Amino acid sequence: MDVVWFLVLSAFIFVIGAGGVLTRRNPLVVLLCLELMLNAGNLALIAFARMHGDGSGQIFALIVMVIAACEVVIGLGIIVAMYRNRLPIDIDEMSELRG
Amino acid sequence: MWFEQVLFFVAGIGALAGALGVVMLRNPFYSVLALVVHLIALAVLFLLLHAEFLAAGQIVVYAGAVMVLYLFVVAYIGGSDEPLAAEGGPLGVFGPLFAAAVGVELCIAFVASGLKALGTRGAEIGTGFGAPEQIGELLLTKWLVAFETASFLLLVAAVGAVVLARRRRGLEEEGAAPGPRREAPTETLEVRV
Repeated sequence: MDVVWFLVLSAFIFVIGAGGVLTRRNPLVVLLCLELMLNAGNLALIAFARMHGDGSGQIFALIVMVIAACEVVIGLGIIVAMYRNRLPIDIDEMSELRG
Repeated sequence: MWFEQVLFFVAGIGALAGALGVVMLRNPFYSVLALVVHLIALAVLFLLLHAEFLAAGQIVVYAGAVMVLYLFVVAYIGGSDEPLAAEGGPLGVFGPLFAAAVGVELCIAFVASGLKALGTRGAEIGTGFGAPEQIGELLLTKWLVAFETASFLLLVAAVGAVVLARRRRGLEEEGAAPGPRREAPTETLEVRV
C-alpha cells in the first residue's frame, strides 16, 4: 500500500476526533476523542517512518503513547475529583477549576 | 500484494467505524468499547507499516491497561445516556463544519503535496526495521533525553493523579451517597480543603 493511503486515513481519524471534542459534552467522551486525535498522529508518524525507512518516527510514536497515558491519568483524576465534589459531569457547566 | 490491500481496507474501515462509534454512541461505556475496536484495528495498520513492537505495545498498553482504567472510571461515575441531538449552541453547528473543513484541507495537503515518496510503498528497509532491538537501541542512544523526559513525565502524572483523587478530610458526609447533585451545583463550590 502507498504511504499516502495511511496519511489520508489518519487525517480522517483526526477529523472525527476533533469533531467529537468540539461537540460532545461529557468529559469522559472528550478524553476518548483526544485519544483518537493522538492515535491519528501516531499513525501519521509511523507512516512517515516507513516512508523514510528511519526508525526515529516510531520512537516519536512511543513517546506520544506515554504522553497519552499521562493525559488519561490526569484527566480521569480530574473527573473523579469532580464526582467527589458533587459537581455535574458536564464540561459546559465546568468552566472554572476553582474548588 | 492483494492480501496487504485487503488487510489495509478491512483494518481501515474498522478504525474509522470505531472512531465514529466513539463520537456517535450515547453511552460512554459503549464509547470506550468502540475505542478498543479502533485501537486493535490501528494495531493491524501498524503491522502493515512494519512497526511490530509498537503494534504489540498498542494492544498491551492501550487496549489493555488504559482502556481498563477508562472502564473503571465509567463504572465508578455511572455511564448515563446523554442526548446527542440536543447539543444546541453554535458549537453543535460549527463544530462538525470546522472538522470537515480541516479534513478537506489535510487531504488536499497530503494528496497534492510534491513529495514523490508519498506515492510509493516507502524506502527499502532491512529485516530488523521496527523490531525491539532497533527501538531499544534508538531509545537508549539517540533519543535518550526524550526517554528520560518521558519517565519523569510519568512520575509527575502518577503523583498528580494521587493528589487529585485523594480523599480530602470533611469532603464525604456520613451517610450521604456520593454522586453529582445536579439541581444545585453552585452551593458546592465553596473551598473544601
